[in-house]
Amino acid sequence: MSELKSPRGWEKFFWPIFAALVVLCFWHYAVAWTGTNVFPSPLSVEKGIAELARKHVLWADIADSLRRVAIGYGAAVVIGIPLGLCLGWFPAANQVVNPLLQLLRPISPIAWIPVAIIFFGIGDPAAICLVFLGAFFPIVVASVGGVSSVPLIFRRAGRNFGLSNAQLLRKVVFPAALPQILIGLRIALGIAWLVVVAGEMIAVDSGLGYLVIDSRNSGKRYDLVVAAMLIIGVIGLLLDVAFRRLEKLKTVRWGFRNAT
Amino acid sequence: MVYHADGKSVAALEDINLDIADGEFISIVGPSGCGKSTLLNVMGGFLSPSTGAVTIDGEAVTGPDQRRILVFQERGVFPWLTVEGNIGFGLSKLSCAERESRIAHYVQLVRLQGFENSYPSDLSGGMRQRLQVARALAVNPDILFLDEPFGALDSITRVIMRGELLRIWQTERRTIVFVTHDIDEAVQLADRVVVLSSRPARIQEILNIEIPHPRNISSPRYLELRDELLKQIGLAYEI
Repeated sequence: MSELKSPRGWEKFFWPIFAALVVLCFWHYAVAWTGTNVFPSPLSVEKGIAELARKHVLWADIADSLRRVAIGYGAAVVIGIPLGLCLGWFPAANQVVNPLLQLLRPISPIAWIPVAIIFFGIGDPAAICLVFLGAFFPIVVASVGGVSSVPLIFRRAGRNFGLSNAQLLRKVVFPAALPQILIGLRIALGIAWLVVVAGEMIAVDSGLGYLVIDSRNSGKRYDLVVAAMLIIGVIGLLLDVAFRRLEKLKTVRWGFRNAT
Repeated sequence: MVYHADGKSVAALEDINLDIADGEFISIVGPSGCGKSTLLNVMGGFLSPSTGAVTIDGEAVTGPDQRRILVFQERGVFPWLTVEGNIGFGLSKLSCAERESRIAHYVQLVRLQGFENSYPSDLSGGMRQRLQVARALAVNPDILFLDEPFGALDSITRVIMRGELLRIWQTERRTIVFVTHDIDEAVQLADRVVVLSSRPARIQEILNIEIPHPRNISSPRYLELRDELLKQIGLAYEI
């Protein structure tokens, strides 16, 4: 992109806010014109958010959801990255395991809900298990891909400097694969946040997903449903923004586009 | 050296017999795809020859070794490490102080002062190649194998880099085996130029370049040797 076309300071904020306002207006007048009394207007959603914030349940629900993601996603990272590095490092092992991975990968974590409930009953472990399943496969696949696309030159250079296999993996292959692994981690984090909400609608009785389904079931409070949805969206956005900061680190920046 | 791929075997190198003296600067030239890089990889221990052997100081080469470092055409430096990190890459066995002084010495030798904490993505192509040479020299190797190290650089930088390499070679006195497809580069730098034939590569000719450094590249003797090399490769004098 040419320097000339980059937006001026105020434009960077003005247009996105303008777009959001347009959507809000459309929403508001759509509700007003149709005269629906089921779907909430933006104003009642705003009141809903305020009501949720006052009731304190909201903060507990957010904490529950974040905790489930932290544990499930954390376990997926801790198991997935080493497994992916090993599979990438030993192509023979990958050939054995890869078909199984590719078979399990397209199964939506939501399809695992009944199985998770059989194993863990209704409660935290079931939801955490679903988050784990959702995050695990993208992390493994990205790690395998990262390792197998490390240029031969880097491996040769590492060998040339007398590195053993373990050192080569730690000092050359892992840092060389890290940008690609980070992309996998970021995708997995997004999926984990999607899955925890879905899981909480069925497998547990707390968390933001439960808040959505509970608001509907106890009195059709659609203002609270939409309020909870927006909160889920904002937290997901914040998680992604926070993760993107990692990609700016000097040791991985070379692996991303626009890095010069 | 015979490659096996897809059930076919391709002979890359055949009947190569070459003696290299300690401290010598050897250039290897030949038509593109003839097996120059293969020869370098065999000498470096990255590929094992189908028949025959590479011996260095009476010892057979069985694998890569810190005593002989291969410098690649481009993208050889580690982009996740700073200039200092790259130069210190092979020095983890040294004490901290020794490591630091070694790094400082080679930063200075390749004139990268002020860029110690820069990442390769912030350096120019020529600086990156100098960094790669510094990383190689830092582990104190007996031999440097350079695989078209300046091939990806623009022509002005390439000429500057030749001067830098000669300066480094004259101060550090290592044996250098330099693969290139650039005839001028070969004649300007090397003590001897090995001309390989097309595949399977054999040694077609070894030219002694007895002109002392610094070489006058418009002297009659230089032009004579250059013409001889062009003729060996089968190129006309005029375009």
